[in-house]
Parts: sequence; structure tokens; C-alpha cells
Amino acid sequence: MEEKGKLRRREPITDTQLLMTITICIFVGMYALAILIWGGGFKKPQMLFDMLNDNAYLIIISCGLTIVMITGSIDISVGGVTALVAMVGVMILNGNLHLFDGIIAAWGLSESFRIVFALLMSLLIGLAFGFVQGYLIAHLEIQPFIITLAGMFFARGMITIISVDPQKGPQALMDILQKRIEMPWLGSPNKKGVIIPARMEIGVVIALVLVVLVYLLLRKTRLGRSFYAVGGNRQSALMLGINVRHSRFMAHLLCGLLSGIAGFVFMMHTGAGNATNATAAEMNAIASSIIGGTLLTGGVGNVIGTFFGVLTLSTIKSIVTTSGLRDPWWQSITTGAMLCFFILLQSVVLMRKNRGKK
Amino acid sequence: MKDGIVLTMRGICKRFPGVMALDRVDFTLRKGEIHALMGENGAGKSTLIKVLTGVYAKDAGEIHVDGVDEAISIRSPQEAQSYGISTVYQEISLCPNLTVAENMFIGRTEGKTVNWKAMEKRAGELLDSLGIPARPRQQLSSCSLAVQQMVAIARAVDTDCKVLILDEPTSSLDDKEVAMLFRLMRDLKERGVGIIFVTHFLEQVYEVSNRITVLRNGNLVGEFEVDKLPQVQLVAMMIGRELQNLSVIKKESGAASALREVRYEAKQLSSTESRPFDFYIGKGEVNGFTGLLGSGRSESVRAIFGADPVTGGEVTMDGKKIRVAKPLDAMKNGIAYLPEDRKRDGIIAELSVRDNIILALQVLRGMGHPISRAKAEEFADEYIEALGIKTASSDTPIGSLSGGNQQKVILARWLLTHPKYLILDEPTRGIDVGTKTEIQRLVLKLAEEGMSVTFISSEIEEMLRTCSRLIVMRDRNIVGQLTGDELTQSHVMHTIAGGGGDNE
Amino acid sequence: MNKRKSKAIGILKNSQLLVPLIAILLLVVFNLIRDPGFFSVGLTTNNNGDPVLQGNLISILNGASELVILSMGMTLVTAASGGQDISVGALAAIAGSVFVKVLKSGGGISAPVVLGAFLLCCAVAMAFGAFNGSLVALFNIQPMIATLILFTCGRSIAYWINGGATPTVSSPIINAIGSFIPGIPIPTPILIVILMGILFALLFRFTTLSLYIQSVGINQSAARLNGINSVGIKLLSFVILGACCAVAGMIGVSRLGLINHETLLINIEMDAILAVAIGGNNLGGGKFKMIGSVLGAYAIQALTITLYAMKVPSTDVKAYKAVVIVLLVVMGSPVVKEAAGRLGTRLRASRRVGAGKGAA
Repeated sequence: MEEKGKLRRREPITDTQLLMTITICIFVGMYALAILIWGGGFKKPQMLFDMLNDNAYLIIISCGLTIVMITGSIDISVGGVTALVAMVGVMILNGNLHLFDGIIAAWGLSESFRIVFALLMSLLIGLAFGFVQGYLIAHLEIQPFIITLAGMFFARGMITIISVDPQKGPQALMDILQKRIEMPWLGSPNKKGVIIPARMEIGVVIALVLVVLVYLLLRKTRLGRSFYAVGGNRQSALMLGINVRHSRFMAHLLCGLLSGIAGFVFMMHTGAGNATNATAAEMNAIASSIIGGTLLTGGVGNVIGTFFGVLTLSTIKSIVTTSGLRDPWWQSITTGAMLCFFILLQSVVLMRKNRGKK
Repeated sequence: MKDGIVLTMRGICKRFPGVMALDRVDFTLRKGEIHALMGENGAGKSTLIKVLTGVYAKDAGEIHVDGVDEAISIRSPQEAQSYGISTVYQEISLCPNLTVAENMFIGRTEGKTVNWKAMEKRAGELLDSLGIPARPRQQLSSCSLAVQQMVAIARAVDTDCKVLILDEPTSSLDDKEVAMLFRLMRDLKERGVGIIFVTHFLEQVYEVSNRITVLRNGNLVGEFEVDKLPQVQLVAMMIGRELQNLSVIKKESGAASALREVRYEAKQLSSTESRPFDFYIGKGEVNGFTGLLGSGRSESVRAIFGADPVTGGEVTMDGKKIRVAKPLDAMKNGIAYLPEDRKRDGIIAELSVRDNIILALQVLRGMGHPISRAKAEEFADEYIEALGIKTASSDTPIGSLSGGNQQKVILARWLLTHPKYLILDEPTRGIDVGTKTEIQRLVLKLAEEGMSVTFISSEIEEMLRTCSRLIVMRDRNIVGQLTGDELTQSHVMHTIAGGGGDNE
Repeated sequence: MNKRKSKAIGILKNSQLLVPLIAILLLVVFNLIRDPGFFSVGLTTNNNGDPVLQGNLISILNGASELVILSMGMTLVTAASGGQDISVGALAAIAGSVFVKVLKSGGGISAPVVLGAFLLCCAVAMAFGAFNGSLVALFNIQPMIATLILFTCGRSIAYWINGGATPTVSSPIINAIGSFIPGIPIPTPILIVILMGILFALLFRFTTLSLYIQSVGINQSAARLNGINSVGIKLLSFVILGACCAVAGMIGVSRLGLINHETLLINIEMDAILAVAIGGNNLGGGKFKMIGSVLGAYAIQALTITLYAMKVPSTDVKAYKAVVIVLLVVMGSPVVKEAAGRLGTRLRASRRVGAGKGAA
């Protein structure tokens, strides 16, 4: 029976905010603990920037995945798309895709225009994947898991079809792409006492901008809110006058687009196209989103949380390495344990919520 | 259209395959009134509402609303909304994960962006003006069901709302919450909104409404002012006398039943859904729980079967103390239960008729002792034959059978376990008259063979024909036990209605 | 006779087996056109001097063994819980590691040691299965999320068990499990699949598991009211899948004679889920046909072998597989089916109208 206590005014904190706050607190606590215990590396801001540099693409993928998961769907093609885009991008840069060589020659464009083409192709490939998968899932109502699994197979297969050998971007162009933003004020002295400025890659800026943009999209736009409604209760969303099919389609389209951008950022970071690029990125992204407080059941989640989810995962890995557990298996075992902890935590939160609903 | 009338429906007909769901029904709603729409299951209440909200297309009739000269045709809920007709359903159709404010405005704002400040301010004002105890930024799932219901109402009336339909809004609320909802309804009435109040709670109707329209079997019984309609008369009109001339079924006398040995007895049995109650049934007795929908009759039998978590009470079977914590316990003690909601709790839709028939017996025999295919075939054929189940073969998925035949399959499932005590909750709902009679006959035959049967039905006629003792429930409490000469329609109705009569 | 034939056709027409059968049939026809000798099976002598069967057909049947076994277990999990286990590959790697660990620990590798190793790896895999299952059944966590944990760390656990090495085992017994038993020309993995098939057949024949799993998957509420312990059934399905993982892991290890935690049965979870889906089983749970999943698994392997035979590099196979998958699921989509049904009705109606006119 409902007791009258249910009518009392609760603090207006939503599940999304609650789960996100937990994640941020755990991240901050963990990082602080790491500084206290191991000091050294963790004290240097560069540690944080290295994490960002290495994980910029993962942040972007996870943003896309968060959107899809909020609508109660899933996309496991994101890693494959990222890898495919990175491969295509590198091939454009080093002139292995002749179509673009032709265009550049015909229009008399400078070599650096290759970067523009690479970016355009990234967006195009991402959108294409998002469009097809979104259509099949939203309009033909096929299981997202199977469709995006096929998407993953297709993307991974295409990588080796278009290029057998690992590709490397030309140095001249990579120098442009891998320009780092130096921040002397956040620098730290090396062994000789020379201040080494903190370095951040352009990809991180792109990732951060995208996090903000996706945050605004989810928070401030009608489309963004409809994602939450669809994920919360699809039937109700329909009754509330929301175009459910369109929302689901758009979520997958956006996720595809973001994977495309992630591929470009990945290419900027590594400068290489390789069949094993971004391996298991989809599962890392799902794990990050979950740790960040996104529920696979839909309707709950936030990209800020996801951002911290990525950082949490990477901090765990750093801590494991620093703490002397140097055996290679500890990283993923601790990651798994952490994941288990977050999943159980969320399950408890969910049960609490459901009890309220009777 | 006359002044003060916001909605008129004339001669509405709606036919479904095999049934006339609505037969020339009229309905009129005036400005600033609360108009109760009443009737038992299958009376046509929800069909009428669905016609009005554009979920169903009507087969005949006219609908007029205030402010439009011609008869209108409503093809979708959205269109109904544009005429100022809003609905709040029993199943709250809001998104639990969004905030209160969002739930009030999502899907009906202009522009591409959301202005949270303005939205929350507007929501706050509306909530305050309606006296709804919720904050705009609160997540909806953190509100009680009553408040969620009210948020849905606030959303509905914020549009230019002339007609507000409340479909069973109180069925899952407690007394305090109901009072809160009524305050809101009266407030809206004062503002000139016409409210259609669909419910089956008599007291609530008398407390809050001005007018009552009663439907029965898809026909209009009449429209009455609340003050001029005594409760007993209302009950009589809702339940009515079955017009079909059913063959008379012979029933044992009350005296015989008093002499029986007790088969099952419960003392202060309670579950999470039911209040503590005492109950017994004798060997070979047929008794029944009666009362209007929501009176607690189903919850009581669910407690007997252990379908809801049992919270207390003592139970004996044939004089021996037993413990029933979950359905399997009850089954092992020879209790069988045919649930009220066949779709949700009864059938395993995609499985064959045969698998559905043997399921309970199979579970009783245990995992390691499967019934052989040949034996299952034999059982299935036997009961398909005995109960006259119309199915292409025993391989047909039960989901493709008609309601009546599905019900017979579930009945067969339990009969196959040869229970000592059989509970039938609304076994005759939504099935044709012929099958109804068959089931009633079967119940009496089983009782003759020594089985105890508890029977629940919305139709009192049916209960009177089969039961030798009736337990009457109102508002989740047992309010009377009727036997022998007391088993007449008027007695039952008086007891249900609570006015006069011989209760307690 | 005639009656049985028409009944068989009727069953096929409405059966969920239609899609996998069509897939296999198309592959067979395609291959026969391409190369009439594609499915010829020959008897050759292997290194040990034993006569063994060889040919594309054998390599399809043999290569699919682990996938078939895993998709059998996956079918049960899918039916009972309405979700999929993505940790089967990792779990197989753990089982394989335990298997090898035991073999390496004692003195020599004798039949009892192998049996003990297998039993222990079975127990470990079933325990992990129970872990997955309890997350799903007790905590109501979606299977995919619950199994993401083991997916993430399972292969590392496998690595840990073997102390960071990829030990090799060589023994005639292991060789017999992974390739051929001397004197029997059929690859042993195929025999193990047949054995597993018989085991499941016996399980379904002598217990009520199938009925219970389907009931829980279709209507949990009704199953409960009929006395079925739905939590236990879900848990059981995960434990059975764990046992399947152990068998698949053992075969995988025995084939190569080594345990490589990184590559052993890598990505097989995706193929296993796919096999269940192609087999016409609803990934949302409920009614299942294990034979469908088995056919689906063979169809996937046949597709792979066909592509290999067409000189498609092994890394490219995925892309073609993706196209086939999409075609199959689009064919099976309820929306597409409904649209096709409507089109069919309209065509029939217009034909009837046409016929009516003709008669008039």
C-alpha cells in the first residue's frame, strides 16, 4: 500500500542527475586518491591531458552511443565505422584513393585540401551508416542489435577490402593535423628541471565541443527531449504526440555522424589506417556510457556523465598500471569489476524507482 | 446546440465482429458538470470513450461539440484534442523518466528548442493554480500515482479543454489521494470544464458527480441526476436482469450446504493487495465472491492461491494446516486458480493448445517427469472433446483461439490436475452466452462430484444460479454473507450498495 | 504417404526454419553452379596414416562445431531471458584456459586427466554462467549489459589463469579431440556436436525444460501462476550455456593444441547470436526451435567457406556476411512481412475482380 509519505516533496533530482553525480564523485574521489597514494604522475596535469588525447575519439563515440541508448536502442557498429573512416581518411591523405587525386589535380587545389576531403568523407560515411541503420531500425522495426552487428561486420570488412596494407598518413599533412595546443602554465618540470608545457591535441578540442553540443542538443532541443521520452516509455511518447519513428531514426543518424567524426579524430591521433583500429571501441563506449549513468533500458543518461565515464575507465587503467599490478590482465579485470559495481548500483537505483511506481 | 451543452453524442453505434458494442447510445455533457459514465464490464463504457477520442471509428451516429455548427468526425486523439476533448487514461500515459514540467509540455510546444525556465514557470503556475502538490523540476516517477494522474490532468486542461475524460482515474489510488483528485475535479468544474468520469466505484460517483449515464450490454439504460437515483436502483440498472432465457440450472439448497465438511479455511488471510479476511468453503460447495469491480473480490482469491505475496493469516486444507506462499504451494495442496486476466495471467499465447492444457499438471509432476507426447495428446484430445473446445487441432497456438475457447483451455488445464478446490475468477467474461451456460453447468457438475468451487462473476444472475453462498465485498472489505432465501437479486444489490439491506 | 508429404509441406511453409533452409539451399545451389564438385567428399590419409574424410562439406560441418554448440546454449538463454549473452567467447576462453591449466599441472596427459580437466572447466564455466544468470534473473539487468562484464574481463581472466602465457599441449588424446580419433574418418568435433545434439534431445525428452523456458519467455506472469520458478529457469539457461562454452572452449583448444586467450573463438558471440536470429528465433524471447539455430550456424559457416572458396580474403568475409544478414533480417521483419501480405491480398483481390469481370 502507498503510504502518505509518498506525497511529501522530494528533492527534485532526476535519475539522470543522480547517476551522473555519482559518477563524477567517484571519478573525482578516485583521482584524488590516486594523487594521494601514488602522487607522481597523477599530480602532473599532463596525465589528464594524455588520457584526453588518447581517448578523444572514444569520448565522441560514447556521446553518439549515449544518444542511442537514451532512446532505448543500441549501436555496436560505432567502432567499425570509426576504424573504416580512419582508414579512408588516411588513404585520402596519402593519395591511395585516386578519385580524390583526380579532383585535386583537376581543380588545382593544394595538397592540404586533402584534409578537407578526408573530413567530408568522414561525415559522409558516418551519415550513410547512421541513415541506413536508422531506417532499418526505426521504420522496418528490425532489432537494433542485429542491424548494427551487420553494420560492424560491414565496416570491418570494408576496411580490408579497400586496403590490404596498413596505411600511414604523409608527414607533411600529419604535422598539420597533429598540431598540439601547448599550455605552459599547466606544464611541469622534467628530470632536468625544464618546464615541459602540457600538450593537448586538436581532437580533444573537437571532442569537448561535441560533448557540449550534444549536451545542448539533449537538454535544450525538442528533438533531444523526445529521445528521453521515447526511451522512457515508447507508448506514452506516442500518446504525448511525439513522432517516435523520427526520433529513433534521428538518434541513429546522429550516432553514425558522431562515429564518423570520431574516425577523423582517431586518424588525427594515430595518423595510421589499420584493420585493427579502434578494436572493441563499441564495448568500451557502452561501458563508458553505463559508468556515466546511461541505462540501456533507455530514458536515463547524459553526455557529461558519459564524458566522466570515459575518464573513469581510463583512470582505472592508469591506476592499475601505476599501482604495480603490471600483469597485463589486471587492467581489464579491474575494469570488469568496476563495471559490475556500476551495473549493480544502477540496478538498485532502478529497483528503488520501480518501487515508487508500485 | 443549446446553451450550456458542450458535447452531444446521438445514436452512436459501434459493431465489432460478433458483438454490437454500442447500440444507438446517446450522451450529453453540460458545461461545468461532472458526469459519471457507469456500467459493468462489456457495457460499452470504454468503447464509447474510444469513439469520442477517435481511437475507434463509429459505425453510425453524430457527435456535436460546442462552437462547431456541424456534426464532427474524430479520427485521432490529436483531432479530438483540437476540438477541446482531452483524455486521461487509467494507465498513465506520461513518461516516468521526465520531469513534471516536461510531461506537461512535451510534444505540444512550438519551435525547435526548449525554454526550460519559461516552461517550468508556466508549469509551476498551473500546478499551483490547480493545487497539485508537485514541483515542476521533480521527476515524474518520484510522484505518487495520484499526483501523476493530476499532472496528466493538468496537461489535458492546459490546452483549450472543454471536455475532460477521466477513465478510471481512481482505481489505484487510496482514500486520501482520491480526496485530492476530487478537489481538483471540483475546481475544474467551477472553471466550466465538462468532465466525463468513468468509474465503477459507487460511493465516489455519489460524492463527486452531478449526473450519471448508465450503459449495459452496449445499450443506453438512461441518464439520471445523482440526487434522484438511489444507489440500489443504480446497481440494479448496471447489473440488470439477463434477458436471455437461459435454461434453469438446478442448485442445491442452502440447508445442504450447511452440513458440509469444511474443505478449505482461511483466518485473517492477507496479501500485499488484499486486506485480512476470513473465509471457508465446504466439500462440494459452490460459493462466490461478489461485489463491484475493484471491491477486492479478485484480490481475495489471489491471496488464497498465493498469487500475490501473502502477508499473514492461517490456512487449513481438509483440517490440516498448510502454508501457501506461492502458487506452487497452493497447487500442491489441490487448489487451482483460473485468473481474471486471461491474456496477462492465463494463456501462454504462442504455445499450442496441448501445451497449455498440460502445463499445470506438468509443473505438479516436476521437471524430471515430462508427460509423454502421446499422453499429452490423449489428455488434450480428451478435454478438447469434453469441454467442446473449438480448435483446428491440439497443435494450434492458443493465441489464435477465440476468447471463450481460450478460457475453456485454461479451465481444462486446471481440471486436468484434478483439484480439490477450484477458483474461477470471471470465467465467463467476454465469452458468448452458450459457452457461459456450459461453464456454469460444468461448475455444478464438478461440485456434485465433490469439488469445491469459488466462483466470481460480474453478473449477479449468473452467481445466483450457481452459488449456494455469496460473500459480498465492498471497498476491499467483506460486508456480508448471503445464503438460502437471502440469495435474491434485491438482497445482493442492497448489500453491495450498502444502503439498508442486511449487511454485516 | 501422400498425407504425410502434404503435412510436411504445410509445416515447412509456416515454419521458422524457412529462412535458414532457404539460406542453406541458396548457398548449395550457388556453389554447385559455380563448381559442381564443391561438395564432393573424398577419403584421404592424414599424417598419422589414418583414413580421414575431406572436402568442403566436411570443413563446413567441422568448422561450425563450436558455433553450433554455442548457438544451442544461446537459443535457451534468448528464449528464457529475452536477451543475449555476449560473453560466450570470453567464457570459452576461460574454460579453455582451465582445461589447459589442469592438463599442464599434473604429470602426463592421460584419459582420466583429460576427463578431470574437462569436468573442472565445465564447472568453472557453469559457475560463471550462474554469475551472468543471477545478474539477469535476480537483479533484472538486461542480459547484454550483465554479460558485458565478462565480455570485458573474461579473456584477461583466461590470461591470468595461465599466468600470462599461451601454453601448448600436445598429446594424442588432445589431437583426437581436436581432429580425428584414429580409425574414425569423421572429425571429432562433428561427433561432439552430434553428442551434444543427442544430449539436448534427451534433455528435452526427459525433462520439461523446453516447456518451462518457453513459458517463462512468453508470459512470465502466467508461468508464475502455474507454479514455474522463472528466476530458476533463467538461471538454469545461463548455466547450460556455460556448459556449452566449456565444450566449445575444449574443442577450440584441442584443435590448435594451445590456448591463446586473445584469439580463441574471437567474436563468436556475434555469430552465435546471429545463428539464433537466422534460425527464426525471436531475439525477444519466447518460443524457440534449437534446430533453427543449428541450421543458422551451419548457414553462417557455409557462407564463410563459400566466400573462402571464391578466394575472398578471410578478413573481407565480414562485409559480405553483413549484406547477407541484412537481407535475411529485412525478409523476416514484421513490417516488411505485413507490407508483403497487404500487397499479396491486394493482388489477389484485383485478380478476383478481374476474374469476376471476365465471368460477367
